[in-house]
Amino acid sequence: MSRANPGVAGSTGRAGSTGRADIAVELQGITKRFGDLVANDHVDFDVRRGEVHALLGENGAGKTTLMRILYGLTAPDEGEIRIDGRPVTVRSPKDAIAAGIGIVTQHFSLVRPMTVAENLALGRTGGFRLDLERTRRQVAGASERFGIRVDPAAIVGELSIGEQQRVEILKALARDCRVLILDEPTAVLVPQEVEALFMTLRRLVADGLAVVFISHKLGEVRAISDRVSVLRRGAMVGTVPGSTDERELARMMVGRPTFGVARSEPTGGEAEVLLRVSGLRAAGRHGLPALHDVTFEIRRGEILGVAGVSGNGQTELVEVLSGMRHPAAGSITVDGTELAGATPTAMMAAGVGRIPEDRHASLVADLSVADNLVLERLDDFTTRTGLDERRIREHATMLIERFDIRARPEDRVTTLSGGNIQKVLLARVLSRQPKVIVVAQPTRGLDIGATEYVRGELLARRAAGAAVLLVSEDLDELLALADRLIVLYEGRIVGEIPAADADPERLGILMSGRGRAA
Amino acid sequence: MTFLVDLLAATLRNATPLVYGTVGETYAERSGVLNLGIEGTMYAGAFFGFAAAYASGSLLVGLGAALAVGLLAGALMGLLTVTLGANQHVSGIGLTIGLVGLSEFVNRLLFRGGELQRIEPFPLVEPPAFLGPLAPIFSQYALTYLAFLVLVPLAWWILRGTSFGLELRAVGENPEAADAAGISVARTRYLALMFGGALMGLGGAVFTLASLGSFTLDIIAGRGWVCIALVIFGRWRIGRGVIGALLFSAVYSLQLRLRILPGWGDVPFELLLALPYLVVILALAISGRNVAYPGAYLKPYRRT
Ligand SMILES: Nc1ncnc2c1ncn2[C@@H]1O[C@H](COP(=O)(O)OP(=O)(O)O)[C@@H](O)[C@H]1O
Ligand SMILES: [Mg+2]
Repeated sequence: MSRANPGVAGSTGRAGSTGRADIAVELQGITKRFGDLVANDHVDFDVRRGEVHALLGENGAGKTTLMRILYGLTAPDEGEIRIDGRPVTVRSPKDAIAAGIGIVTQHFSLVRPMTVAENLALGRTGGFRLDLERTRRQVAGASERFGIRVDPAAIVGELSIGEQQRVEILKALARDCRVLILDEPTAVLVPQEVEALFMTLRRLVADGLAVVFISHKLGEVRAISDRVSVLRRGAMVGTVPGSTDERELARMMVGRPTFGVARSEPTGGEAEVLLRVSGLRAAGRHGLPALHDVTFEIRRGEILGVAGVSGNGQTELVEVLSGMRHPAAGSITVDGTELAGATPTAMMAAGVGRIPEDRHASLVADLSVADNLVLERLDDFTTRTGLDERRIREHATMLIERFDIRARPEDRVTTLSGGNIQKVLLARVLSRQPKVIVVAQPTRGLDIGATEYVRGELLARRAAGAAVLLVSEDLDELLALADRLIVLYEGRIVGEIPAADADPERLGILMSGRGRAA
Repeated sequence: MTFLVDLLAATLRNATPLVYGTVGETYAERSGVLNLGIEGTMYAGAFFGFAAAYASGSLLVGLGAALAVGLLAGALMGLLTVTLGANQHVSGIGLTIGLVGLSEFVNRLLFRGGELQRIEPFPLVEPPAFLGPLAPIFSQYALTYLAFLVLVPLAWWILRGTSFGLELRAVGENPEAADAAGISVARTRYLALMFGGALMGLGGAVFTLASLGSFTLDIIAGRGWVCIALVIFGRWRIGRGVIGALLFSAVYSLQLRLRILPGWGDVPFELLLALPYLVVILALAISGRNVAYPGAYLKPYRRT
């Protein structure tokens, strides 16, 4: 792994040799329980000046909780925090800020309708009068000093995610933080933005900043960190140098060796066609045409991948195929039945299962897991007097077991991790044995374990004879799962390739619209 | 001409309590708390302001009492919704019922059965002579001048141009962010509720200490609820809220005058009385669509 900054390179070797004097923050024996769930179990962790220390772990491992404790947002049940060697009590973020700790949370803590300058002024102005002009100059100064470009007058809600993150980092730095915690900073960034973030971090670390970098992405962790500590189910597994290879990190994180999940050889090319779409047209969000003459078919036991930069008609295609959006023209047949323009209920009845991109919008967060699992088929669980609670519970217990959902039937969905939420959705859709599955971004934001699980389930449905339409922005996922790929560009199919002939480069050219003439 | 001048004068006069209430409610809501206690707070401000002025013989003592009662009502709302995290709708309506009941109870104790007690209310400010025919417009109570010339600009500036205003807005939009920035969400909300409550109390006192010089049952008559609507109409901006108050007051003052005009006698006066409220509903229906509520509206904040 090459590094841009020679000042940081080789510091992994330093890991063993540096003394305790370098330790900026030390957590010892931190324990935090939520009810009977132990989110942190006697965790030890420290970070030194001038290093990036990665905190690696699957979703729900307790990374965020540990850092919230350090920042005073969550009170620990046990344990000690030492800053510069001295034991301290961090009762609120105010204490943490005073101790030189800054955090960029997973969900940004910015006030969206306010300007960048106002956000930076928040909580740090001295006098009663708000001198925004001065704050603006300070922002510009800090922006210059740390090499992080932001426009002080911009409204935060109108900035891109990458820009908002820069505002968050600047906010922490402008308060002279000496320890910067970044909670899954790359989850929301495109690759170019990740590279820019890493350049910034390397520069800051070379100036002596201590950085805690939280992630569950192995490649990134290796690229940026000097040391890596791995959390699993609330417990610290161990701390290893940043150069440790990915397999080993994955093993520490998941607790077992992992293998990529990929499709086996194509199932019969002569199988019958289950989904046939022809001449499909539809309008998009602002009434503008979003799909033009889209035609394709999927056979029994086949996964058709849909590649494309987001916003090229994928969302509309999935919506039309699940009955959420009315097509302007064209035909959709499932197993011979014409369904263009049918309602979502009719689509479902005809055997279409839908696992949409926005999993939160498909579940009712405040209802229990059990209730969410029967939401699409309440009629099957109704007696003359109302809902049949007992059967709903049994049904949930069965699916929780079958789909390995880490939750109890009565848990509200809002308390579940992303991976478990996706499993609930998967269970709800797949338990009805749909003939055609329309699925979008099924593993976005999920950790390795959950990703492998979801992909395995899709392949299992393929083996069982379902026709799967898989929309994904993750090319590796498409290449690993799909039998055949189509590429959408500006609402048209601009290429169709058997998976065996596809590679990222060729797909990239088609996705950028440059392959149209061919 | 005199009709218009009179109408304008009445509009400003009748808008005064609404301005106090609307500004007070705007502060509460911008901090993330819907204060439905406003109707009761105005009622208590009207009664206790009157009672204190009656007992002491000083209007200023009356004003002070109204302000203090409002401050306490705001603090109580804070205790319920901020400290105890109770539902804001229930807390606010409960506060209103409680304060109306308390006011009427004390009223019966103090002024039992007897005839209506009166005080000498605030006089109208005498406008300078050179204004000629426009003079009536400026013949207003000091409390009206205070509302439009001091309170409105001051409240606007505090919200926009002070650290406290910035913190208040942040707490109402994204309390997690404010907390993470080291701002006390609870303290800020208490301050907003108490400041707002004090204004509501003053708004109520305008009726007893200025307009009427006496306290009668049902004196607020839903003006508090009107302020709630005006805040939404104003999209949580001080300026727009005041414009809404003027609009409501203009229609209210107009229908008062229509009643005594020849030819309008046949129209049931209840219908005319409903007119300003209908106008508010209409204005809300037209302008109230797609409004961006404060991000933390109705949400109690708790660290985990
Ligand atoms: N406020 C809370 N109440 C109950 N459980 C929580 C709370 N916060 C986190 N948890 C649980 O604690 C565990 C660790 O969560 P978290 O620290 O967010 O994990 P990570 O950041 O590693 O994904 C998860 O099982 C999560 O559901
Ligand atoms: Mg987390």
